[in-house]
Amino acid sequence: MTVTWQTIADAVSLGGIYALMAVGIGLVFGVLRLVNFAYGQLIMAGAFALALASQWNWPLWAGILLCFAVVLALSEAMDQLVFRPLRGQTPAVMLVATFAVAFLLQSIALLWFGALGKIATSVSSLNTPWVIGGVDIRKISVVAVLVTLACLFALQLLLVRTSVGLHMRAAAMDFTTSRLLGVRANRVIGSAVLVSGFFAAVVAILLTVQFPLVTPSFALQDTIVVLAGVVLGGLNRPVPATLGGFTIGFASGFLGGALPTNQSQYLDSFLFAAVILVLLVRPNGLFTRHGGSAERL
Amino acid sequence: MRRVLPQAAAPVVLVLVAALLGEAASAATQVYFIEALVSVVIVVGLYVFIGNTGVLSFGHISFVALGAWTAGVLAVPVAEKPATMPNVAGFLRHTTIGNVPSLALAALAGAVFALVVGLPLMRLSGLAAGIATFAVLEITNNILQYYEKIGPGQNTFSAVPETTGLWQAAVGALLAIAVAFAYQRSRFGRMLRATREDPAAAAAAGISIYRQRLGAFVLSGLVAGFAGGLEVHLLPLSYRDVYLDLTFVTLAMLVIGGASSLWGAVVGALAISALDSFLASAENGVSIFSGSIDLPSGTRVIVEGVLMALVLIARPSGLTGGREFSLRWLRR
Repeated sequence: MTVTWQTIADAVSLGGIYALMAVGIGLVFGVLRLVNFAYGQLIMAGAFALALASQWNWPLWAGILLCFAVVLALSEAMDQLVFRPLRGQTPAVMLVATFAVAFLLQSIALLWFGALGKIATSVSSLNTPWVIGGVDIRKISVVAVLVTLACLFALQLLLVRTSVGLHMRAAAMDFTTSRLLGVRANRVIGSAVLVSGFFAAVVAILLTVQFPLVTPSFALQDTIVVLAGVVLGGLNRPVPATLGGFTIGFASGFLGGALPTNQSQYLDSFLFAAVILVLLVRPNGLFTRHGGSAERL
Repeated sequence: MRRVLPQAAAPVVLVLVAALLGEAASAATQVYFIEALVSVVIVVGLYVFIGNTGVLSFGHISFVALGAWTAGVLAVPVAEKPATMPNVAGFLRHTTIGNVPSLALAALAGAVFALVVGLPLMRLSGLAAGIATFAVLEITNNILQYYEKIGPGQNTFSAVPETTGLWQAAVGALLAIAVAFAYQRSRFGRMLRATREDPAAAAAAGISIYRQRLGAFVLSGLVAGFAGGLEVHLLPLSYRDVYLDLTFVTLAMLVIGGASSLWGAVVGALAISALDSFLASAENGVSIFSGSIDLPSGTRVIVEGVLMALVLIARPSGLTGGREFSLRWLRR
């Protein structure tokens, strides 16, 4: 194993990005009890928006704006067209419905852009390194960590200081009772979906900087790893979910950088073996204190 | 007995009808029927566990992959092995077995692997179980793809004798249905279904949820491994074909058919397969009734995605409502 500062910086930034995805998935799970498998495809759509914008030579801010618009519109459409009619169904049915949505979005991307994908060049200037004390640190690593912290801070403010945030927390704890006490279901679910979509757009931008080649399966593998991380952390609370996402992202980035090449092809095996071990010891999540979700799936 | 007979006969008749239709079809379309029958085997395998326990598993395709590996590696003629699997070592290199033994071994491999995996994992439930089985899928696929000493790695299984014809697939589907039906009527199947309906009450009645789930997991691993054997004898297969996409498609077949009945599993597998092959041939241009349809390529998956979502929204418990077939539906 060779560990460099670059490896650690990359691992931290990947952890940050995965933490954001974990929050996005966890927020929707909190209010809907729905594991949104199509989350990765939202990110993929945002990344394609960036790629298209850079192909049309749009300025950077316009590309980012387009990315947010596309992802938020898609999240809203998903909520209205699929999640809403299926609300209250068993988790298995909702999960398979999100599979269908994921399939749909992926095949639309395949038809539209082809399997080889597109390259988003406009944001790649962030991919160059800073040299700090003889150590190369890519700018995006620092930016990703800062953006993650800012987003998590803003989310915390939203959840603790606003009434919508209070409603979201209440709904995550007990949806039926919170509705009896005057929480409006559509509003709280709609806002959770939008916040989760916002995070997907941020992740799309951060990932596109590091991996400018956008293909229809962009972020698919990441979503699977994050889902594992979220369950590992504890799905039904934002903080454990975030920590779970960060942990698995950090582990993945760290092992990817530190393992020699003939072993790094087994990275997924190491990662998921660790996931199984942790789940056996703490099935309710690493970072939950007692009692987890009572979901039966 | 008056209700049991139609329940058992309906899936069998459906499979036989599919096989007869395939017999009548041209050689090019017959492949679709064979694939549909193999997917019946996979979905019935999934059903044995998911349908009877109510617990989702994403790991079953790893049993299919392991079955495909067992049958594929062992069935390739010794003379072909250096060319198709240059790195394979040990007795795998010097052994070749026939069609039926390789299928039996594939089933056995699926069952043994399910037992090994299930011993620790069946203690879990809910999302933790879902993610843990997913992790099994990831690990299995990762190792099979990169560890070239035991198989073709990232290449396809070429030179496996293509023995899975229409009737082998049909007999396979009938065997799977027989196993699933016998299990769900047995004492163990009933105990397991009791834990699905009310885990607390079942446990209070003295049923060990862990043991019953483990039993179903091993049995469904057996069926899934067998399906993998059938599949590797059908087409040159690569491990990428028995991974995420197949997991989602087969789960969708089960849920759309109706996850809690054997009838639902068979109907779902055949309905989605029929839709899939119809759209696949429509992409090449097909004439139906008086008009002809010619869809641009790639629309298949889009139409399927939309239809799946629509079915789930309109009939969340599946096409069959998760019930076994009953003659009363016809009389009404």
